[in-house]
Amino acid sequence: MAELDAIDCAIVNRLQDDLPVCERPYAEVAAELGIDEAELLSRLQRLLDERVLTRFGPLYDAERLGGAFSLVAMSVPEDRFEEVAERVNAFPEVAHNYRRDHDFNMWFVLATETPEDIARVNAEIATCTGLPVYDMPKEAEYHLRLKLEACP
Amino acid sequence: MKVTRKAPRWPVPAVLDGDDEALITAIQGGLPLVPEPYAELGRRIGLSEDEVIARLRRLQETGVIKRLGVVVRHHELGYRANAMTVWDIPDDQVDTLGACMGRFEFVTLCYRRPRRLPDWPYNLFTMIHGRDRDEVQANIALLVRECGLEHIAHEVLFSRRRFKQRGALYHAPEPAHGGT
Repeated sequence: MAELDAIDCAIVNRLQDDLPVCERPYAEVAAELGIDEAELLSRLQRLLDERVLTRFGPLYDAERLGGAFSLVAMSVPEDRFEEVAERVNAFPEVAHNYRRDHDFNMWFVLATETPEDIARVNAEIATCTGLPVYDMPKEAEYHLRLKLEACP
Repeated sequence: MKVTRKAPRWPVPAVLDGDDEALITAIQGGLPLVPEPYAELGRRIGLSEDEVIARLRRLQETGVIKRLGVVVRHHELGYRANAMTVWDIPDDQVDTLGACMGRFEFVTLCYRRPRRLPDWPYNLFTMIHGRDRDEVQANIALLVRECGLEHIAHEVLFSRRRFKQRGALYHAPEPAHGGT
């Protein structure tokens, strides 16, 4: 785990909320945190280099951009797991894929440009693996927390 | 508590012009780490700083940009365990119980999804984080107690291995982890 000091934590926590949209946004945030702009910029660069942060930028609502998503589960026989994972991951529409401890042991997210593509890709995956796919699109969202406290 | 109902299921895409598209493409890799990042973005795509600022504000107001900030790695902040915990909740209680669970700090996602009977009876999905598996289990026990879920069937699916995670790109959109 990366070593974060109190200022790093304050930066990570503050910048999980929006960066101001104004001429000198970093100067504004630095002032809130009681450091100067140059220090904020160099610490941000270091946190990115050390991969504490994956990215500093926009989080889009991809559905508003016209994209479509679904969570898909499969129950893959143990002796075929690697082979099926390889086939599934070869689809560029598979955004991430987790192995989980359950009969339904493969869980992946499809991200496509249109809603129609979700059904098409699922059908292709079922055909190329010979296994059923269980499509579980989001029906309602009760919560999406975008913030995770550093050094709570 | 904001409950977002999806009816129709697919929201109408926002209306974006060519300059919006150029701006979205320019910032998808990250904001420039320079004192005047919006002026710098403008230089790259041929817009004034004022124009960049006005367009970004509009993209935020219309919800195309949910947040302009940092994306953390859970693991690097010490949250090493996560479990997708799934619940079989009577249809007429999903909204109430989903809202209750969504209030807890360690619940990062709380979504309703369709059952796939007979194989899959669960209709509410929560992502529960913790420093280790014991903490995740303790958090789940707290949810059960606080939201009155003693009679609700649930299963805890710990992740074992991540096979694939690709970066977020506008032209091949990807949600925040599990945010689908």
